[in-house]
Amino acid sequence: MKITMAHGSGGKSSAQLMSEIFGKHFNNEVLSKMEDAAVLNVGGKIACSTDSFVVTPLQFNGGDIGKLCVCGTVNDLLMMGAVPKYLTCGFIMEEGLDVDLLDKLVESMAKQAREAGVIIVAGDTKVVEGDGGLYINTTGIGEIPEGRDVSSSNCKDGDVIICSGNLGDHHACILSHRMEIENNIKSDCAALNDIVDGLFAAGINVKTMRDVTRGGLGTVINEISESSGVRIELDEEGIPVDPEVKGFADILGLDPLYMGNEGKMIAVVPADQADAALAAMRNTEHGRNAAVIGRVKEGEGAFIRTRLGATRRFDVLYGEGLPRIC
Amino acid sequence: MCVAIPGKVIARDGSTAKVDFNGNIVNVNAGLVDPQIGQYVLVHAGCAIEVMEKDAAQEIIDIFADIEEIENGN
Amino acid sequence: MEIKDIIQYLSEYDGKPLKLMEVCGTHTAAIFKNGIRELISPKIKLISGPGCPVCVTPTAFIDKCVEYAKATGCELLTFGDMMKVPGTGGSLSENKAGIDGENRADITIMYSPFEAIEKAKAQPDKTFVVAAVGFETTAPTYALLLKQAKQEGITNIKLVTALKTAIPALNWICENQEDIDGFICPGHVSVITGVHVYDDLAAKFKKPFVVAGFEAEHILAAIYRIVKQIEAGEGKTENMYKNAVRENGNPKALEVLEEVYEEGPAMWRGLGIIEGSGLYLKGEYAAYDGGSHALYEDMELPKACRCGDVITGRINPDECPMFGQHCTPMNPFGPCMVSSEGSCGIWYRNKF
Repeated sequence: MKITMAHGSGGKSSAQLMSEIFGKHFNNEVLSKMEDAAVLNVGGKIACSTDSFVVTPLQFNGGDIGKLCVCGTVNDLLMMGAVPKYLTCGFIMEEGLDVDLLDKLVESMAKQAREAGVIIVAGDTKVVEGDGGLYINTTGIGEIPEGRDVSSSNCKDGDVIICSGNLGDHHACILSHRMEIENNIKSDCAALNDIVDGLFAAGINVKTMRDVTRGGLGTVINEISESSGVRIELDEEGIPVDPEVKGFADILGLDPLYMGNEGKMIAVVPADQADAALAAMRNTEHGRNAAVIGRVKEGEGAFIRTRLGATRRFDVLYGEGLPRIC
Repeated sequence: MCVAIPGKVIARDGSTAKVDFNGNIVNVNAGLVDPQIGQYVLVHAGCAIEVMEKDAAQEIIDIFADIEEIENGN
Repeated sequence: MEIKDIIQYLSEYDGKPLKLMEVCGTHTAAIFKNGIRELISPKIKLISGPGCPVCVTPTAFIDKCVEYAKATGCELLTFGDMMKVPGTGGSLSENKAGIDGENRADITIMYSPFEAIEKAKAQPDKTFVVAAVGFETTAPTYALLLKQAKQEGITNIKLVTALKTAIPALNWICENQEDIDGFICPGHVSVITGVHVYDDLAAKFKKPFVVAGFEAEHILAAIYRIVKQIEAGEGKTENMYKNAVRENGNPKALEVLEEVYEEGPAMWRGLGIIEGSGLYLKGEYAAYDGGSHALYEDMELPKACRCGDVITGRINPDECPMFGQHCTPMNPFGPCMVSSEGSCGIWYRNKF
């Protein structure tokens, strides 16, 4: 069966879709009340983030748009030191979307939400003309425990930057499909609760956390340097990249420094806690390839120390990262 | 001027070759070269433009040997 | 000898100030990426030549591509770095999104021009137009594509060409910019042409021409050899990329170039028209040409724009009054800011 304009009418077809797919997978006591708005109990400081997800293909090696739309928003909450609690979701479906596929994607979304400890408390669907596409917006709410102060502006001279794993996997996975290049690259799409929980459980005074998504590490490091008013120096040889992803990037003339990820983060920690933080990250499933990639210094700008010992400045990503002739 | 990188030929079928770049398999046009399976070819825009003589690590070593030779020859 | 000996020699160089030009844009990018300027003496100045095919493409070429991409039943195939080059009626990227009141342009980004063959076979009612930019490195690829199309009787492919050759441009630079002391020659162009194409230039202008690969070691070795040649009063061709570059180039590639193209004048953005520096489809292959001969028109650049001086190495990008304020990668005027390989673009992104 395919999604038709009738599924967006608000009548019988909409209700059926609601109960047969969304109700079935997302069932929880807040959502099942079916009121106009969810009523939530939250205390203290909350973190709130929203993100829209558009990806072609909808299912890819290592994930799908359902998993992605949970991980993306959950990670944004985690990066502020928050404990993710609630998600809302808006589905824009193009007519022609396969209902069995939708069911699989919603099931995947529900599974990932359970794993990340969030419940889906509100949702909406709309149908537009089109060709079977699907776009999802999620908004997340998390609670920030007492005493946590995580921000891009907290970095100080001497702090150490740790990256949770190999860069560029998601970007390479999606682009491989589009460019029809055959490989085994899997998207790194993941919720990073284990890493963040691990860092706080180890008593690390985490200054800054950022998930390394669109724009890549190069863009994130520049943003942190600007927010904190510091110079950041990365070590080129310390930046972890899988050889297969490196090979892929070379074919298209892309730089892993600017390639997007969906399950990678950096943490900035005081120098005397760097070893403990690295050990805590490596002890988790999603942080097993974590590595120290650079240091914070006094000054301004983002720099990278090259293999042969030169230091060069680098900027944020410009443009789209398209395959090049030259 | 032109991005081109070396990859290993893993199959040949007439004027096309399957080339492996660290696990990424690309079908390239091999009309300008005549590579054996196992050889490295330099690929630009989906076209193999030359067969590489040796691997990249050995090449770098040889460049310095070449320089010494030029300088001793002078 | 090891790389550290070469770095030490070049960092301690204290002879007469030298200006060396890397002709190829991929070299320019590699020099920045590896921080090579920081590893050598400030007395050795590296300047970036006109070797980015995207940057030197005139406006008329973009306009022609836009015209095809907007025409009913036509799809344009292009490399990604062409998308942002400004044309009189907007860039390919702007036209793909659609300019008010006009058709949206049908544009696909390709990895390889051979994608045109598959597409043309699958959709015989549609014409696939390839935005064929490039130097000697890429020209044989387009030639093979057309040979295959002809052999298989495929007629719904067209090429709009802006194909250029490096030697006439090098000759132009030597004649117009006398204070360049040596040239790092383009490695992948040389794969096709071989090393002897530089011999006449080296003899005529008494300057070193050294072919280099694209690793940091390749480039440093080439700079080292150029400096050593200058110190010894020599000016000759040397090949520091023997792993890929043969003495006489790739004979099969040279053969297809001969078969498919003829020489003609070409417009280089920022430089002007250089005689004999263009390649055009000839004979029976001319039937595949999408009107490439007439594409000389170039956009009038703002008066303050000094792209020509940047391309010939007379000034560094940040010495142009437009640089960084009126001309940025997000809103480029001159060709050097347009491409990710253009010297201004690279300079800006690396905040050199």
